[in-house]
Amino acid sequence: METERKDVQPTEAQKKAQRRRSIALALCLVAFVVIFYVATLVKFGPAVMDRAL
Amino acid sequence: MALVHNIENGEARISEAMPGDYFALLKPRVMSLVVFTAFVGMILAPGGINPLIAAIAILAIAVGAGASGALNMWYDADIDAVMTRTAKRPIPSGRVTRGEALAFGLTLSVLSVLTLGTLTNWIAGGLLAFTIFFYAVIYTMWLKRSTPQNIVIGGAAGAFPPMIGWAAASGTISLESVVLFLIIFLWTPPHFWALALFKLRDYDMANVPMLPNVAGERHTKLQILAYSLVLAVVAAAPWPMGLAGPVYGLIAIGLGANFVRHAISVWRMEDGDATMVPAKKLFRFSLYYLATLFAVLLGERLFEIAHSAQVA
Repeated sequence: METERKDVQPTEAQKKAQRRRSIALALCLVAFVVIFYVATLVKFGPAVMDRAL
Repeated sequence: MALVHNIENGEARISEAMPGDYFALLKPRVMSLVVFTAFVGMILAPGGINPLIAAIAILAIAVGAGASGALNMWYDADIDAVMTRTAKRPIPSGRVTRGEALAFGLTLSVLSVLTLGTLTNWIAGGLLAFTIFFYAVIYTMWLKRSTPQNIVIGGAAGAFPPMIGWAAASGTISLESVVLFLIIFLWTPPHFWALALFKLRDYDMANVPMLPNVAGERHTKLQILAYSLVLAVVAAAPWPMGLAGPVYGLIAIGLGANFVRHAISVWRMEDGDATMVPAKKLFRFSLYYLATLFAVLLGERLFEIAHSAQVA
């Protein structure tokens, strides 16, 4: 016989914490991408576009 | 099914940790000192560095230092729980698990080293990696719980940032950057032993072998005085070496004399003195001392740069 499935319901505090963590993680990822974008431009300058097709 | 099983065992857990709890794992107060000293090392170093790359390098050094703090909290959660100073940290207070702190620390360690190495040079990247390893493994896992000299050798980890900053800007390790390292290295023992004197019972309860609770108060006070004397001399060295000018030299000598004066007061303090006023004064002064030395080094160099730009 199949046992009844019990889903875990997060509390309001847990949901809020999860949302805040997700936002923080997203901001960190965006910052990381921007940092490497800027650093690439600074290090290579316009030469970054200088690629043979 | 596994989740239901875990709930029955009382093991299921949904995190309530806020981003701020993860930020606390990075030991932001230590990080601020790291940022400042690394920046000074970078400014003093010969050879220019692009300001944007410099800013990113400082961020990478800060994150690397923070990552080693997270690894330290992961390993030391048991002793943090019994010391009043550290009981409210994210792991002992139950907001972050040890596993989460370990994953966080390792991820940031790898990212910070790779970022610094690829954007500046691998001497700087290698130094940052070594610093994280030194603090997390040599100090936290090995020395902290096994020898009362823990702070002397562990202090090296906190002394590396100006060297990393210097290496990031110049691509080298030179005698000047070693002197910057030595200033923080020699400053750490008297700073922490002054703290350990008035937090003696805390370290005792946590079974951490700090010098006062292993070798006794008298011996600790003598060591504080010895380190202070050597520190006062070494801290003045950047002047004759040409790394700093007379303004720094005179301030370093004045502050060094004051540091030694505080250390003498601690040395004269009665054993078993409950208030420990001289030790508390030395601890507070030591913070001001280091910050001022590096601020003057920075100020002098910035003035020099502004002056030469004006002349040109």
